[in-house]
Amino acid sequence: MTRHPRLRRRLAGSALTASLALALTACFGSSQGGAKDNPNADVTITFWHGWSAPSEVKAIQATIDAFEKANPNIHVKAVGNITDDKINQALRAGGSSAPDVVSSFTTDNVGEFCNSHAFVDLTPFMAKSGIDPTTTFPATQLSYTQYNNDQCALPLLSDAYGLYYNKDAFKAAGISGPPKTLSEFDADAVKLTHQSGDTFSQLGFMPDYHFYESTITHFAAQWSPTYFSADGTSNVANDAGLKAAFEWQKGLVDKLGGYSRLEKYRTSFGDEFSNNNAFMTGQVAMIIDGEWRAGMIDDSDSKVHYGVAPFPVPDSMAAQYGKGYITGTIVGIARTSAKQNAAWEFVKYLTSNTDAVVNFANAINNVPSTTAALASPKVNQDPNFQSFIKVASDPNSSTTPSSPNGGAYQLTLQDLGYAYESGKQTDLQSGLEEAAHQIDTDIAQSQ
Amino acid sequence: VKKTASRNPGLRDRRRRERIRNVAFLSPWLLGTGMFFVYPLVITAWLSFTRYDGFVSPTWDGLDNWRFVLHDYPFFWPALRNTLWFVVVLVTLRIVVGLALGMLVIHVKRGSSVLRTVFYAPFLAPPVAATLAFVFLLNPGTGPLNSALQHLGLPQPGWFNDPAWSKPALSLLAVWAVGDLMVIFMAALLDVPRELYEAAALDGAGAVHRFRHVTLPHLRPILLFAVITGVIATMQYYTEPLVAGQVASGQIGGSGQQVEPGYPAGSTLTLPQLVYNLGFQRFDIGAACVIAMVLFVLSMAFAALLMRRGSGFLTAED
Repeated sequence: MTRHPRLRRRLAGSALTASLALALTACFGSSQGGAKDNPNADVTITFWHGWSAPSEVKAIQATIDAFEKANPNIHVKAVGNITDDKINQALRAGGSSAPDVVSSFTTDNVGEFCNSHAFVDLTPFMAKSGIDPTTTFPATQLSYTQYNNDQCALPLLSDAYGLYYNKDAFKAAGISGPPKTLSEFDADAVKLTHQSGDTFSQLGFMPDYHFYESTITHFAAQWSPTYFSADGTSNVANDAGLKAAFEWQKGLVDKLGGYSRLEKYRTSFGDEFSNNNAFMTGQVAMIIDGEWRAGMIDDSDSKVHYGVAPFPVPDSMAAQYGKGYITGTIVGIARTSAKQNAAWEFVKYLTSNTDAVVNFANAINNVPSTTAALASPKVNQDPNFQSFIKVASDPNSSTTPSSPNGGAYQLTLQDLGYAYESGKQTDLQSGLEEAAHQIDTDIAQSQ
Repeated sequence: VKKTASRNPGLRDRRRRERIRNVAFLSPWLLGTGMFFVYPLVITAWLSFTRYDGFVSPTWDGLDNWRFVLHDYPFFWPALRNTLWFVVVLVTLRIVVGLALGMLVIHVKRGSSVLRTVFYAPFLAPPVAATLAFVFLLNPGTGPLNSALQHLGLPQPGWFNDPAWSKPALSLLAVWAVGDLMVIFMAALLDVPRELYEAAALDGAGAVHRFRHVTLPHLRPILLFAVITGVIATMQYYTEPLVAGQVASGQIGGSGQQVEPGYPAGSTLTLPQLVYNLGFQRFDIGAACVIAMVLFVLSMAFAALLMRRGSGFLTAED
């Protein structure tokens, strides 16, 4: 009599174990990528990208068409409007409809892609094709596509940040040209600010961290900070430049009327990527933004008469004027792909063929991402655009480094920024130390 | 009886057949519950003790995920506080307003069907569209509501841009779409026997006493149903706070620009947002499962407490 319940329990236990094993096998799948496919075979590879605007889709399709013409045996099925969330989920799900080649608009998740081996290391492929990454790609662009010496992605066009300024507003305020140092910039921002009751009729610059591209990491690039120590732990509490960036931003918030007043004015702005962008409507006289803004202004009915220059540098680093924040689109090969050699032929073409890079960059108003393409005379020679080419080529320009848990460390710094600019956090050093501890804890959790 | 059964093979066979038949009849339910409730629950509980990123098979990690979420994860406690705030305030407001509207609609002499339609229609609006509309209407700088308040000389709250007003603004949105509860309460109110009201009136009971001693006891099971389903739905409150926070912040995310969770100042952050962020964006699936388990336990505790105190779904007459 007592054997039956035991037997039942055992059977139930076995059934549960079997179910779990079956389910887990189904969930986790096998993701052993291999590079044994024949690149000369007739294959179709799937390429996921994030471009969705008709002009962008047309431009990437033109690049694909040119690749297929040069490689008639490889056909590319492009799938657009893909976000990083979809990429992450699809790479884990695998299956026949999973992508072979994947591009992402943000560099923030490269560390995650490399660390999890979602993307294969491209170093052996580059070696096989005789590509020297250090001479092919600028150092900054190369750095944001790798993590811990795992070059799991390559740059596919870049974005460089600079200063856009309203020439009419400058003329009206008696300012002769764009500021080069931050003390000049602060003075100009105050001069360009016109109060109107408890708000503004025009603001010189909107430093609040919730405003468009006014983020701490974009500002801090002017100090070339070191976010992580050589051992991979957070360095944010020890980096004098990062601290100075926080202090400069807070100082400007106070000079321009204080956090509450600025925040109230900010709520009257339109969306960043609409024709109601506050710079395009004249509500703000200067902004930090990427090279794409020039194209957007030119394509819109905005009447703003704008100029472009590198973003000013700290007074103590005046000699480095010309640098800025660099980022860009990245592209990699999914480790679940069974056609990695064919996928590499496509990635190689997209990222290192000078004509392909230049044509695509010109078509979508992005900065090229190879050394040769940056120097190419075929690149858009518009003076405004060339300002960004110079920022992208500047050896002192910097980026936000890869981290195994993506942009989590940037979020921690951003949170500190919100607390500091609003006055909720008054002791900056203590805030930076807490942020460093949080960053290390989050990274440990992700490992 | 047992002794008789054990000695009577015929009786034993019949009972076994009965048991098999009962199980066969129950099997669709057993299968559904097993597949869609027990199995996910067991897996979620197990994964909360493992390290799992979706690529490499889970590895046992003891209490590390629980320690991380409860001690080291800065968003957990603010999100829990916000979720509980919504459970208490939002559920209460929806029930009070839903009941009030239900009573209004059944008592008005003319235009009842128009009112019913007007109050019910917002419930049909897609949550994303409704939230976008509210963010526009309540925009502190350009929204029509604050413009009207300014003309009237009244203070203009920051609504979705002010941590002190973002949750009340979301509550306003939830109350606006209270048509579902209004319809349920209307049906329940129409079901209360008229003669009870007449008897109470003859005994000299006023409107307040009639509501308290006649209406409320009859509504008790419906109220309990509304509270329990409201609590469970609010525990899963995701779309509206996420959309409101992201749209009001004006941020879209990108390199060097992380979208602030629960803008402004974490005031609209709820636990389901953390589950999605940890589980499907960071792929820290173990930590996401910890939060899912917390939500499950809280929902069960609320439901059990309410069922116990409210004597289940029985009316006063039952």
